[in-house]
Amino acid sequence: MKKLEEKIFKFLMIGSTALILSLLLYILYIILKKGLPSLSWEMISQIPSGGFYLGKEGGILNAIMGSLYLIFFSVLISLCISVPVVMYLNFTLRRKSKLAAIARLTFDVLFGIPSIVYGAFGFTLMIYFGLQASLLGGIIAISLLIIPVMIRSIDEVAILIPNELVEATKSLGATNYETIKVITRQLLPGISTAVLLSIGRGIGDAATVLFTAGYTDSIPSSLMQPTASLPLAIFFQLSSPIEEVQNRAYSAALVLTIIILILSFSARYFSRRLSKNKI
Amino acid sequence: MLKGRLRKDRIARHYMLTVTILAMFVLLLIGGGLLVKSLPIIQEKGLWTLLSTSNWRPFKGDFGFASYIVSTLYVTGIAIIIALPLSLLTSIYIIEYASPKILRAFSSVVDLLSGIPPVIYGVWGTLTIVPFISETLAPHFVEFSTGYSALAGGVVLAIMIIPLIISILMEVFGAVPKEMREASMSLGATKWQTVKKVVVRKSIPGIVAAVVLAISRAFGETIAVLMVCGNFTDLPKSIFDACYPIPALIANNYGEMMSVPKYESALMFAAFLLFFIIVVFNIISRIVLIQIDKRYQL
Repeated sequence: MKKLEEKIFKFLMIGSTALILSLLLYILYIILKKGLPSLSWEMISQIPSGGFYLGKEGGILNAIMGSLYLIFFSVLISLCISVPVVMYLNFTLRRKSKLAAIARLTFDVLFGIPSIVYGAFGFTLMIYFGLQASLLGGIIAISLLIIPVMIRSIDEVAILIPNELVEATKSLGATNYETIKVITRQLLPGISTAVLLSIGRGIGDAATVLFTAGYTDSIPSSLMQPTASLPLAIFFQLSSPIEEVQNRAYSAALVLTIIILILSFSARYFSRRLSKNKI
Repeated sequence: MLKGRLRKDRIARHYMLTVTILAMFVLLLIGGGLLVKSLPIIQEKGLWTLLSTSNWRPFKGDFGFASYIVSTLYVTGIAIIIALPLSLLTSIYIIEYASPKILRAFSSVVDLLSGIPPVIYGVWGTLTIVPFISETLAPHFVEFSTGYSALAGGVVLAIMIIPLIISILMEVFGAVPKEMREASMSLGATKWQTVKKVVVRKSIPGIVAAVVLAISRAFGETIAVLMVCGNFTDLPKSIFDACYPIPALIANNYGEMMSVPKYESALMFAAFLLFFIIVVFNIISRIVLIQIDKRYQL
């Protein structure tokens, strides 16, 4: 009887594990199957021409470039904020500091806030400052979204840095700032993983840019112009009744999925490769 | 020389402190900003009327959120009911039974699943779940369903929160000390009895925290749900009916809200509502998880 219960549950457990694995494969398979037929060089190398949304020529280069601009600047801003924050929490404050504990809780909570709220907040900020939907607005909203991702991800690695390393540098007479410079080198694998992770999170998110970045058929040439982005390109084209346009949504989805997969695999590669030299 | 180094150190210290405080301040800023924006509508209608009525006619000045709240609860409920058993079984198997090799391989699966953007889940949902519901599942229960339904939203959400729940549960189960398992086994308990009576029982606070975090994630998920839910403003009668969760409401109407001042305030109130619930849920579950971490660290 006891054995039977264990057997049944073991069967269920293996079943659900297999189900989750096959779900992942099924999702990738469907995206590949639907996206591949209409994926072409034209799709990813041209901006929409007249009648694009009626099924005529053109591509989604506007969305691809838009997404790259958005994510590049957002990651840059987020790095300038996340790295000092993590360094401060881990290597300037004492290990059991109250401020550090509260800060970590705050960033955990910020991490849990949905992108639509960041989008709505970014939108109110923009109204307050009199900004139109623009590249700048999108960058602000995405930065807000990925700063907590980055902080948490770097912090996870920073906590593992042995205290001896900090003490060794300090005992040689280094100031706190100089110690941090030494540690930053140790943290590089963690930082690069965090960057890749936040790119993945930021580039795929539609709800933040929906309010803030707008949508346009051209590639933005200044921070004040609206910009297209990949997730919104998928979202808008999918809601079209015309089949060619819908098919393009599927191939845009494939492009985004490929980007995410590349990011995910290189994050794994980086963290394994670079951590070889770690103490 | 030393003076220069010390000055650099001081500047760095100040910069780091300022940035840290500013980054933390964002939480208050978001809450405060959304609250200020939603005050006009709260003052005009009263909090209770907003939450309990379901008349939604923005151009006539009626803003009742009840059907959106019910919709949100519907999809979230369905998502948790599907996701929790699957995640529990899977994470118990991975932590207690599977070999380290499978453990490592499966964490990649979890990472990949959690890395897939919402909009991709939405595309996948419209291609698979929606037609499955309208053609295969719904005809057994109701006369007609487009497939764009609360159920479709729940299923897609379930798949999206599974990696979140699993990754927390794997940590929670992993935190149960090995000695406890060994003590139970040495008293003659089988592996399964040990899992059931020691590991799972010890982990109940962690499981609750994981569920609460998953609920708050599900509350706020926008694009994927928006794409498969049907977005129809009415109280859903069955899980095969279209529904309209709060995030979808915000996302769909931001364009027209600018023309009606009260409308903007109402949508910002919706955003504040999400923000408030999610912050409270997050704080509770994070504190529980931190406590678990602390208890076993010594």
